[in-house]
Amino acid sequence: MGVDIRFPIGLMFTIFGLVLTILGLVTNSNAEMYKRSLDININLWSGLVILVFGILMLFFALRARKTRKSN
Amino acid sequence: MENIFDLGWIDYTIMMVYFAFVLGIGWALKRFMKSSTDFLEAGRSIPAWITGLAFIATNLGALEVIGMAASGAKYGIATVHFYWIGAIPAMIFLAIFMMPFYYGSKARSVPEYLKLRFDEKTRGFNAVSFAIMTIFASGISMYALAMLMEVLLGWNFHFSLIISALIVLIYIYLGGLTSAIYNEVLQFFLIVLGFLPLVIIALIDIGGWEGLKTSLAEVSVNNGFEPGAYTQSWRHMNNPSSNPMGVDWIGVAMGLGFVLSFGYWCTNFLVVQRAMAADSMSSARRTPLIGAIPKMFIPFLVILPGMIAIALTSSLESGFELPAKGGSYDYDKAIPMMLGYYFPTGVLGLGLTALMASFMSGMAGNVTAFNTVWTYDIYQSYINRDKSDKHYLRVAHLTTIFGVLISIIAAYVARLFNNIMDFLQLIFAFINAPLFATFVLGMFWKRATGHGAFFGLLSGTTAAAIHHGLTAPVGATVLVKGGWLGTIVHEYPSEMAQNFWTAIYAFTACFILTVILSILTKKLKPDSELKGLVYSLTPRQKDEGVVWYERPVTLSVIIGIIAIILSILFW
Repeated sequence: MGVDIRFPIGLMFTIFGLVLTILGLVTNSNAEMYKRSLDININLWSGLVILVFGILMLFFALRARKTRKSN
Repeated sequence: MENIFDLGWIDYTIMMVYFAFVLGIGWALKRFMKSSTDFLEAGRSIPAWITGLAFIATNLGALEVIGMAASGAKYGIATVHFYWIGAIPAMIFLAIFMMPFYYGSKARSVPEYLKLRFDEKTRGFNAVSFAIMTIFASGISMYALAMLMEVLLGWNFHFSLIISALIVLIYIYLGGLTSAIYNEVLQFFLIVLGFLPLVIIALIDIGGWEGLKTSLAEVSVNNGFEPGAYTQSWRHMNNPSSNPMGVDWIGVAMGLGFVLSFGYWCTNFLVVQRAMAADSMSSARRTPLIGAIPKMFIPFLVILPGMIAIALTSSLESGFELPAKGGSYDYDKAIPMMLGYYFPTGVLGLGLTALMASFMSGMAGNVTAFNTVWTYDIYQSYINRDKSDKHYLRVAHLTTIFGVLISIIAAYVARLFNNIMDFLQLIFAFINAPLFATFVLGMFWKRATGHGAFFGLLSGTTAAAIHHGLTAPVGATVLVKGGWLGTIVHEYPSEMAQNFWTAIYAFTACFILTVILSILTKKLKPDSELKGLVYSLTPRQKDEGVVWYERPVTLSVIIGIIAIILSILFW
């Protein structure tokens, strides 16, 4: 129905991914903050995975839009 | 009291972005809502991968996430029985055998199928009991979420209840079932991506699966079981007293794996509605199968954190402890406490948003199912027939508001009288337990009659009530747990064992009485009217010329094999 759901999903997760990745980079030296997550920069890692997922979804949505247009 | 979590502005930003997206999806779909079919049946136009993920997301509500983690903490790995034996076989059966009747009959809801196949009274009984049940189910989950937010974040109970209800109300009011389904797909990915980091980090902390096994062996021995009772799902099922769940394999296989699971997955309109919204028969049949693939792996997402929580609690050096509750632990806090324990600001907001997403996907499922059943099966059938479609679209819109409003009332009832909710859930269990017998006879035995079905259902419900009244789990003190008929004929080792056997008795009573009464009463519907509704009178689905991965039977075999392999790995 009218809306390709991959587009909003891709967009939202790209935003989440960017926010977490940037937060992870900025706070990378903050040992106190990541003590609870076993000294793993969990914001950075989760952010990167989510970013990749979001971009993939966007890619599929845009590709589908292109094929629809060319038809 | 001090809050368990302190959220930073980043966490709130993530939450707000999520809210904006779910509302935005509803808003974008608004202009497509032109008929009651668009609003209540999603225009039967959704591709299989979307309905499949929505199918599983609507079941992955907050009560499921929190409850399964709690079970993982309480009973260990045996909780996977709710998945590999307690869901997958029923989902395959729904796809292969039942979907052709639901989708092919052009029924708009499960109760409407009962009307086409049997008669008006069977539909009426199912429609009314289902409508009340969905309202209370969404009320209870709303209550649970608001309570959690109050305890964890110090949010005002009324505020989080009203806000969360309002968001669900708006996006369904705007975009109907389509909006609910689209959002469920988004929520599904959010739940997975939000909880996955928690599972991974908790597993690293406990020393992987081997480390978890060692820790839980200690817990197991302390509770008087063999060392593997918390980490081996089937090996300790020969005797109810040798596993923490207090059940044996017959109860699990028959009660959970057969009656309860098939009753839920194959007849509950909440999930079946997602498959009925698919764009073709082939998509409708693939819906439960596509849902089954993630379903098999959800235990790793929700049960593992619960198991790790109890392992950490029992280890002295961890510093993590589940809060106590009534001589035991407050198992329902397993997931939220773990989020707060491991997650710094940032992913913490993501995890809490995932928890909210699971709440919304569960609640939206209830609201949309209620909408359809109320508008078509109650309003159009008994209150106001033969109006224009525009009228019913209007009614469906109003029903969304009305349904959410009474769910809010139900949430407050739950807050005031906990016992009333226990009592209601018990009544619903009695009503649901025999349902699958009615459907299976209706679909596979053309001689089954309306009178047989209706009175069979009633007697199944009565049998459930009598069984519950005459038995009790060990140590039961309140009548809502059983034994309210005065004498206790049999004592079960656990509440779960009692539930499984209540279901088995209800199913058997309904099955036998439906058969007997059908033979004794006249068959009112001629074979021509039952075409498309009964197996022997319906042409077989042909899958030739379809690529292998789109064939329901091929998919089912693959899914079945994976479920068996998983079961053996964790035997």
